[in-house]
Amino acid sequence: MQVGLISLLDGLVYGMLLFMLASGLTLILSMMGVLNFAHASVYMLGAYFAYQIDQWAGFWPALVIAPALCGAIGAAIEVWGLRRVHHNGHIAELLFTFGLVFIIGRGVQMIWGMLPMAYRVPAGLDFPLFSLYGENFPAYRGFMLLVSGGMLFATWLLLKKTRIGLIIQASLIHPGMVSALGHNVPLVFTTVFAGGSFLAGLAGVIAGNYLTTESAMADAMGPIVFVVVIFGGLGSLAGCFIASILMGMVQTFSVVFDYSFADALKPFGVTLAANDLLGEILTIPMSRIGPLVPYALLILILVFRPRGLMGTRET
Amino acid sequence: MRFPRFYARVFPALLAVALWGPGGRAADVTIKIGYIDPFSGAFAAGGDASLKMFQFIIDNINAKGGALGKKFELVTFDDKLQPAEALIALKSVTDQNLPFVMSCVGSNVGSALIDAVNKHNTRNPDNRVLQLNCGQLATELTNEQCSFWHFRFAGSVEMRAVARIKSLPASLKTVYLLNQDYLFGQSIRNDTKKFLAFYRPDIKIVGDEMIPLMQVKDFSPYITKIKASGAESLLTGNYGPDLALLIKAGVDAGLNIRYDSYLGHVIGAPTAIGAAGDGRLTSVMEIHDNISVEENNAAQEEFVKQWRATHDFGFIAINSVTQFDMLVRAIEKAGSTDPLKVALALEGMEQKDMFGAVNVMRKDDHQLLNPYYEAVLTKGQKYDVEKTGMGWKTEFKTTVADETLPTTCKMKRPES
Amino acid sequence: MSEATHAREARLLPARPAAARTLRYWPWLAALLVSVVLPWLFYDWQHARHVGFIVSVLSQTGMMIIFALSFNMLMGQAGLLSFCHSVLFGLAGYSTVHFLNAAGAGDLPVPMELIPLLAGLSGLGFAAVFGYIATKQRSTAFAMITLGIVQLVTTAATMFHHFFGGEGGVKTDRMIDNSLLGLKYAHAIEVYYLIVAWTLIAAIGMYFQTNTPLGRMANACRDNHERAQFVGYDPRIVRFLQFSLAGFYAGIAGGLFAITYEIVTFDAVAAPLAANALLMAYIGGATTFVGPVLGAILITLLQSVVSLMSNSWLVYVGVLFITMVIFAPAGITGIILKHAPIMRAGLMRHLVLPYSRVLVPGVIVLFGSIGLVELLSFFTIGRAQGKRLELFGQPLDIQSAVPWLICLVCLLGGGFWLARESRKFRRVWDGLMEIAQPGGSP
Repeated sequence: MQVGLISLLDGLVYGMLLFMLASGLTLILSMMGVLNFAHASVYMLGAYFAYQIDQWAGFWPALVIAPALCGAIGAAIEVWGLRRVHHNGHIAELLFTFGLVFIIGRGVQMIWGMLPMAYRVPAGLDFPLFSLYGENFPAYRGFMLLVSGGMLFATWLLLKKTRIGLIIQASLIHPGMVSALGHNVPLVFTTVFAGGSFLAGLAGVIAGNYLTTESAMADAMGPIVFVVVIFGGLGSLAGCFIASILMGMVQTFSVVFDYSFADALKPFGVTLAANDLLGEILTIPMSRIGPLVPYALLILILVFRPRGLMGTRET
Repeated sequence: MRFPRFYARVFPALLAVALWGPGGRAADVTIKIGYIDPFSGAFAAGGDASLKMFQFIIDNINAKGGALGKKFELVTFDDKLQPAEALIALKSVTDQNLPFVMSCVGSNVGSALIDAVNKHNTRNPDNRVLQLNCGQLATELTNEQCSFWHFRFAGSVEMRAVARIKSLPASLKTVYLLNQDYLFGQSIRNDTKKFLAFYRPDIKIVGDEMIPLMQVKDFSPYITKIKASGAESLLTGNYGPDLALLIKAGVDAGLNIRYDSYLGHVIGAPTAIGAAGDGRLTSVMEIHDNISVEENNAAQEEFVKQWRATHDFGFIAINSVTQFDMLVRAIEKAGSTDPLKVALALEGMEQKDMFGAVNVMRKDDHQLLNPYYEAVLTKGQKYDVEKTGMGWKTEFKTTVADETLPTTCKMKRPES
Repeated sequence: MSEATHAREARLLPARPAAARTLRYWPWLAALLVSVVLPWLFYDWQHARHVGFIVSVLSQTGMMIIFALSFNMLMGQAGLLSFCHSVLFGLAGYSTVHFLNAAGAGDLPVPMELIPLLAGLSGLGFAAVFGYIATKQRSTAFAMITLGIVQLVTTAATMFHHFFGGEGGVKTDRMIDNSLLGLKYAHAIEVYYLIVAWTLIAAIGMYFQTNTPLGRMANACRDNHERAQFVGYDPRIVRFLQFSLAGFYAGIAGGLFAITYEIVTFDAVAAPLAANALLMAYIGGATTFVGPVLGAILITLLQSVVSLMSNSWLVYVGVLFITMVIFAPAGITGIILKHAPIMRAGLMRHLVLPYSRVLVPGVIVLFGSIGLVELLSFFTIGRAQGKRLELFGQPLDIQSAVPWLICLVCLLGGGFWLARESRKFRRVWDGLMEIAQPGGSP
């Protein structure tokens, strides 16, 4: 029970972090069909910017300025880069973002060096919020939940209750028609891309001091975010939310399960040894193959339900 | 150190130079050592730090005249931590007739190099190369995989395990093992268990966890498990982000536990533990900045001050100082840089390290035997680490005799 | 086509003499000649041996040519963007290591020359398994499934010991003492010629495959999968077969990799290698058959040679991609083919002067940007590493502002000049195209 409850909370925090990253990507992918590999790189930039601003001005200014910078960078990428390659097809856009990954990765190393940055949790939030079964739940994690929850609410509000949100929603599904109705769809695209980058930057600011800030951050987060986006389905933020929480829980709970398939078969009197590859696969405990599970889930859902959990379009 | 001059000059006119053959060069005026490590990509920090320390050491050696009147020169190659790339780099090394190749990061790379060097030296007896291991620690490299052409100048995992286990406080009764699931981490786990059973059978292992290398970002679920197990000490060989995040998660959760690590002194972990970790993090290491103070060694303290003035990370490459001192003596004794002669001169050599302890390069397995210090990170030390306000304080020291462990190496010696 | 149509054709078209027929394949013969002769141009006469590094780079290029061509079977021919192509390469590599170990122990009586064939067959097998799952979908869903597959297999390769050897990988010795030609394969040059032979075989195989019904239907499904169904073929089956065949050729490349390096680790199945294939095929030009070959040569040179000279080679790769993507989406062969109308009209000589006028500012801009990147990289990383910056043997002083200013001036000044010259070039080009193809392209 103790383990379950604590893991639930931890899974929630991690899931909300994933959601912050994935929501921006799902908007971009849904609207423009662009597989934005540079999304995780913008997340990394957000963390580095936050570290730098934190050094100069403190955490709270960083919380506001760093995401704004990332949003600006996103807009720049869209206007000067993606728009030019858009007519060359999806693969061209993908490769463009690929090239960006290399450049941003090396750029970060050149500007800040190769070692991890000492980007710390602000002193004002560095205390235990409450104690559950003797284990502290840090206030900073509560803050993370607050920010990601608040951001989710704000995004929902923006999309569902404002006029611009209406236009964005329509452009998600029928960009041609929206353009025919007289709206500036390219501007909408730029706004969405900038917004997505803003969210990625915000995720970086929050996560940079919770996890470590180093040049390998982008490679670490990148694949799992794609899994979340595809699993949740294109065109659906709610699906993305559910997928994020699910993946967060899966990653967290798989650690606490020390059982393997072989253990499940033991009550039936079947004993397996790790003498060959099959035996190894069946006797390895869940806690060690945890990282594999999201990818297995991704493959399964794409095979049986390619639109994802709640996608509004076929991928 | 110079950029690989050979390539800066050759590439623009590759074809033209090639037609005259790149082999026609004047007799080498420097002793070149090929140095293969990751210098780009996610693991660049490892190669970066090592290079800075080697620069320092080689400048000192060259100032004292080098070996046989020639200065040393490092020729760097980037392997991006991939064995295949390291093997390509090795081809460049042998192609340039470099007599020595050095590599520090990644036991998987080290293992691949041992194999490749063996094959190369067997197939090309006229162009041999000697492998100097400066940091690939898996015990297997000087046991099952031992090779005549491989010399390890960094303490193996089992040597560190001896220091690690013997230094555990007598009052400790329960430990939780957590390691990275690859060659090095498995080596740590196996040797830790072996020596726990041998030296401290009273200690109970209440958990034995293997995590995927560099993949876990959120260690809170592991902390939950550790807490539930009631362990008093977390015994881990993790390094890099895997250690930093683990400690962070534990400190955030208010876990009241000792962090007894193997590589906690490598850059990143002290920053991660922060002030809340005062007195909690211990590690086994060859050197730390405060030893000179503890042992009243003024010359060494001067060295520490000099290094700290120009670098923002601690100098941990004492074994590399010993390595180069031994290499100089071996080359002078052999009268040339021929790998076979130098190898024969190196085996069995004894050398005083920076603190005066006599290190031995054992002939049976080509492992350097040196003493280890176990230290705790705490406030109130003269020299702090990574600007945390806390420094290392020695709690336990082993001798070379303690570190002389039996080996399963059955070394195949070359006929000539 | 029917018998009658064939007969009619044979009467209408003049028969080509045998010599002319062979000469049609002159690019292949030339490539074969070059690849056979190339190592000897770099022979180290003083030490009486080949320059090992050159042979390594050439061997790597050969393998990557097969790999990129097989990748293009999917991307260029069938419109399938596959991120898991490295999985087929790597798993075949792992299998080959086990084959070689078995052959060395005497359990597998297969000569070395046929080992790559075994590797190809294992690649085919794995491709059939993964392809069955992946080809259920097409387009973006297919790409995402392959992304999941590559992450899955990479993580598995670091975890399991029995087939993958865990994180350390599996090793072998290629001197298995079983060869149709009596070779020992102790020396890298012998392995190189094995690679040349198999690269030729694989390339010929893939070339002829493009002209088979399967190859043509793959093109059709790429262009319009709905209409392809109306013709009567199931696109799913077409995708599946194309994927499996691509896996066969990727397997051959993987087998050659295992033979050359005698070690296979998880990075042989990992995503960066698949990304490499994508880059090679795209930069070379995915719309032609020979594009991936050019791309493979270029990227291998970039990775092996440039990475020796600069630690910022990743930046150059990134910039190259972005430039190609924006200005030359059809790759290098696309650029060459664009000249076709002008070449046919015999007007190429009019482009010589405009090209040289663009080349000069182009080189200056290149010099300026590379200089800036290297200076910045040196300033933040290299200097602390204690390196000294040298340009053609002359040491540079990075403390002074002079190198920075020079590079900045080159970049900006060269940039403006290049923009002007390219506008002029554009005018000449448009004029020539108008002459070559009056009234616009067909």
